[in-house]
Amino acid sequence: MLTETSNKICVVIGASHAGVNFAFALRKEGWEGEIILFDSDPDFPYHRPPLSKAYLTSEEGTQHDLLFPKQNYETDNVTLKLGQTISSIHRKEKSISISDGSVQHYDKLVISTGSRPFIPSIKGLNTANNVFAMRTAEDAINIRNALKKNHNKVVIIGGGYIGLETAASLSKKGALVTVLEREERVLSRVTAPEMSTYFEELHHNHGVSILSNKNVKSVDFHNKINEVHCDDSSSYKADIIIVGVGIKVNTELAEKAGLEIKDGIKVDAYCKTNDENIYALGDCTYHYNLHYKKYIRLESVQNAVDQAKIAAKSICGEDIAYNSIPWFWSDQYDVKLQMVGLSQGYNQTIKRIETERDNCQSVWYFKDDELLAVDAINNAKAYILGTRFIQKNQIIDKNKLSDISIGITPTSFI
Amino acid sequence: MATITFITNDNETIIAEGTTGSVMELAVQNKVKGIDGDCGGVCSCATCHVHVEAEHWEKIGAPSELENDMLEFDENVSEYSRLCCQIDVTDAIDGVVLKVVK
Repeated sequence: MLTETSNKICVVIGASHAGVNFAFALRKEGWEGEIILFDSDPDFPYHRPPLSKAYLTSEEGTQHDLLFPKQNYETDNVTLKLGQTISSIHRKEKSISISDGSVQHYDKLVISTGSRPFIPSIKGLNTANNVFAMRTAEDAINIRNALKKNHNKVVIIGGGYIGLETAASLSKKGALVTVLEREERVLSRVTAPEMSTYFEELHHNHGVSILSNKNVKSVDFHNKINEVHCDDSSSYKADIIIVGVGIKVNTELAEKAGLEIKDGIKVDAYCKTNDENIYALGDCTYHYNLHYKKYIRLESVQNAVDQAKIAAKSICGEDIAYNSIPWFWSDQYDVKLQMVGLSQGYNQTIKRIETERDNCQSVWYFKDDELLAVDAINNAKAYILGTRFIQKNQIIDKNKLSDISIGITPTSFI
Repeated sequence: MATITFITNDNETIIAEGTTGSVMELAVQNKVKGIDGDCGGVCSCATCHVHVEAEHWEKIGAPSELENDMLEFDENVSEYSRLCCQIDVTDAIDGVVLKVVK
């Protein structure tokens, strides 16, 4: 510790993956003062990824998916203030205003406000029936409850990971699901066409209808059912509509406080903003990635958790630059997709379909000779090795990688 | 009820008792250093790697294909490696000793 912290207060705005992991990491690093976490979500802080996956198909609440058990907040003296919204940050006074009118002083402030679903302005959407986003436990419970009423036609607007995972879960529950994707293929923002084709076929084989080039222009609700209209004159009936077209970053508080904003809250290698007493973490940050040598914003658990650890260390006097290779995962039906790296800017892909196992594939993204990313389908070996190769800037022998008679081992593609 | 002993990389011994959930969750609850469980227990992050004491391997059992693939190329893999998010806390594993890898 550089300084005495026992009479200091660290305030965290946003108690999800980034904020909660930060609070416990800060305690672990030796912070002795108060740690107070605020979140507008009234639910005890939970893992978000299961919401669109296992959680949707179960009857359970979030109690099995808590980020940390309740007793740890007591033993580590972390104060949670849930269901409370922060209205402003006063940097000069080092305080925040809470929506109930009270004011909280801070010595260090952490902004981990994440993002919220982007709801496009589609005519009639706000007066349609059973329209949901998929971001919070409340969203998932609302969707489950709506399904229970024997409604079974679901239209999902947006074929990204949230849309596809939700489609898989709801079809498992017996719903008739249609996914309307505006682009020419699903997952177009994040993966190569080979991957899009794979997932389109996977869903098709499970009875989910995936339709691309579908730009939704209006929705109307009559005779107790919604009708979703696309600009190619097609229409789809829906008891439930789920909107998964992306997110909006929650930067407003930071922006109002005069912090530097780009595509998110701009932070340095230690997650510090342009105010030395304010840090920012997770989905809401615009940060530098040392490996890819560029500023990025990430929507991921990995980034939230890794930044939490970096910021906790920095506040306790140990500056270690953030240096992570991004990784992600998605579960749909019995398929496990694991992704590592950032594929943006690739100019070549190599696809491997392993022969010794069913349904075991990988797509390797290159920019010239540089391996940028690997998407692995039921293929953790490719994921683990891809991670290692990217970290080490390993030059890959593409001929060997393309040869499926050569198995995946740490040395076989070098 | 199962009593599980974790030995961390700095040779700290933590004895934890649990009845449900995964061994990873039990470790996080008891602040076992080196067990992070970043992915929440879905066998995606490999931040809960343990070596099972050889004499307890039978009680714990072998990993699934996915888990095995996650572990196979790990620099610290041993024949007794497991990702403890994939081990359920049950009476059957009472008394096991797990060495945290990281």
